[in-house]
Amino acid sequence: MERRSSLLLFSVLCFGIAILYIPILVLIGYSFNASPLVNVWGGFSTTWYGQLWHNRQLLESALLSLEVAVSASTGAVILGTLAAIALVRFARFPGRLLLTGMVNAPLVMPEIITGITQLLLFVSMVQLLSWPHRGFTTIVISHVTFCTAYVTITVQARLASADRSLEEAAMDLGAGPARAFLEITLPIIAPAILSSWLLCFTLSLDDLVISSFVSGPGASTLPMVIYSKVKLGVSPDINALASLIVCGVGALILTAGWLLRRAERRRVLEMQLAEQ
Amino acid sequence: MKTSGSPGRWLIILPPLVFLLLFFLIPFAFAFKISFAETAARVPPYTDVLQVTPDHHWRLLATLANYRYLLTDELYGAAYLFSLRTAFFSTLVCLALGYPMAYAIARAPRATQSVLLLIIMLPFWTSFLLRVYALEGIIRDNGLLNTLLLHLGLIDHPLRIMRTNVAVYLGIIYSYLPFMVLPLFATLEKLDATLLEAAADLGSTPWRSFLDITLPLSVPGMIAGSMLVFIPAVGEFVIPSLLGGPNNLMIGRVLWDEFFGNHDWPAAAAVAIAFLLLLVGPIAIYQYYNVRQLEA
Repeated sequence: MERRSSLLLFSVLCFGIAILYIPILVLIGYSFNASPLVNVWGGFSTTWYGQLWHNRQLLESALLSLEVAVSASTGAVILGTLAAIALVRFARFPGRLLLTGMVNAPLVMPEIITGITQLLLFVSMVQLLSWPHRGFTTIVISHVTFCTAYVTITVQARLASADRSLEEAAMDLGAGPARAFLEITLPIIAPAILSSWLLCFTLSLDDLVISSFVSGPGASTLPMVIYSKVKLGVSPDINALASLIVCGVGALILTAGWLLRRAERRRVLEMQLAEQ
Repeated sequence: MKTSGSPGRWLIILPPLVFLLLFFLIPFAFAFKISFAETAARVPPYTDVLQVTPDHHWRLLATLANYRYLLTDELYGAAYLFSLRTAFFSTLVCLALGYPMAYAIARAPRATQSVLLLIIMLPFWTSFLLRVYALEGIIRDNGLLNTLLLHLGLIDHPLRIMRTNVAVYLGIIYSYLPFMVLPLFATLEKLDATLLEAAADLGSTPWRSFLDITLPLSVPGMIAGSMLVFIPAVGEFVIPSLLGGPNNLMIGRVLWDEFFGNHDWPAAAAVAIAFLLLLVGPIAIYQYYNVRQLEA
């Protein structure tokens, strides 16, 4: 009985993982199809990859998306870490409940609602302050808003499990609270900060709905260009582009994850050695 | 930190608080205001709700027309119901599929566990838009699924899945499955194994112990996972737009068309506000369980 149920569980797990991965693998396969027709295999070819380099619109939008993603994830990491410190370290302050709510709500808020409400804010702000102009700035602000939530959740968990006694020891030895935090606690939560930066980077790079609302004329991010092409049907060069993005992001995540884990192991080892 | 209680801590609290207030909460107030405006042929394309008269008085020029329109036009009611139904059934399937997956991961050896979690997480990190697009390669008329079924002789004609509601269901399940598995795993992993051992010592069968102990204790994870799937799924735009048929009535799509197609910003604002009111309950449930889980 025990064995049969384990086998069943294992098969459901494999089935679920297959569902998650087969479409991406098939897409990568199609991207090497020489034939432009999706249902005909015309032999192996990298034509579509070569064509990407000549598509100015794609390259420009990719550049814009990268700039947005780097700015937004950096902003989100700063704000999100501050929010995490506030929520973990300050048990009581006016607005704590409000901050908790505003940090968690964007995680589930449908993008379409966030997008339209933020656009209406930006438009009203332009009327009053003639700022911000719709485009790069507004997209970055919107992305920071929804990315902050992911940073806070990640860093919060890490900070809550961090050992306060080290920091207290540093303060007993005369370090100020800010210095004790920067030298003791910051290195402990650094892996969480780095991995949430990466998560924000990929989420920002992928966002279609919010960017479409808050962007202005002439500022099209990569997902916006991809969406308008895909809407017209399957196209072989998008297959190639999609494969590049999925593999690139996947490799980035795996490498970063591996490096972070190695650094973490070394830190734990050093801690153990120091305690001996 | 010792700064608790000192003014210095406001340097930490204020930046995220002010930013989120300004760019997350206050936008709802503006959307609320504009939902009472009328469309106008100008930039921005709606009338002022509050006007300053020549003698420096404020004048309120609100109209309920957008909300009246929402209630009388059958399209919106149908769209809200259809979206809720689609999200509900997709969530159920995700739960049925995600629960055994999370359970299997929670029971795997530690080393395998982190690999399996990485496998589940990886699609969540890579592009959502591109994954929805990739699904089209599987389910279109001449896609992998039909080719396979035809080849095996299970069907005579290709199944029509693309541009139907079935495709939307498949898209939501495929895209949101990781959101269900992760919170479920988090609760199942924390489960106290001694409870199950005690039950077994007292003669309970594994199945009985599962029903009496594991299942009830994993309810918070089930609710958190379900809300993480259900709420965004109700407002999903990309999936119905790329995979659904032309008449698919998901509310996200209706809102998008109202905004980009009809350029009716006030009506779109009213649709969004009504939509938000519909989601307040589920979001409150999610927050409640989320806060409880964080504090546990």
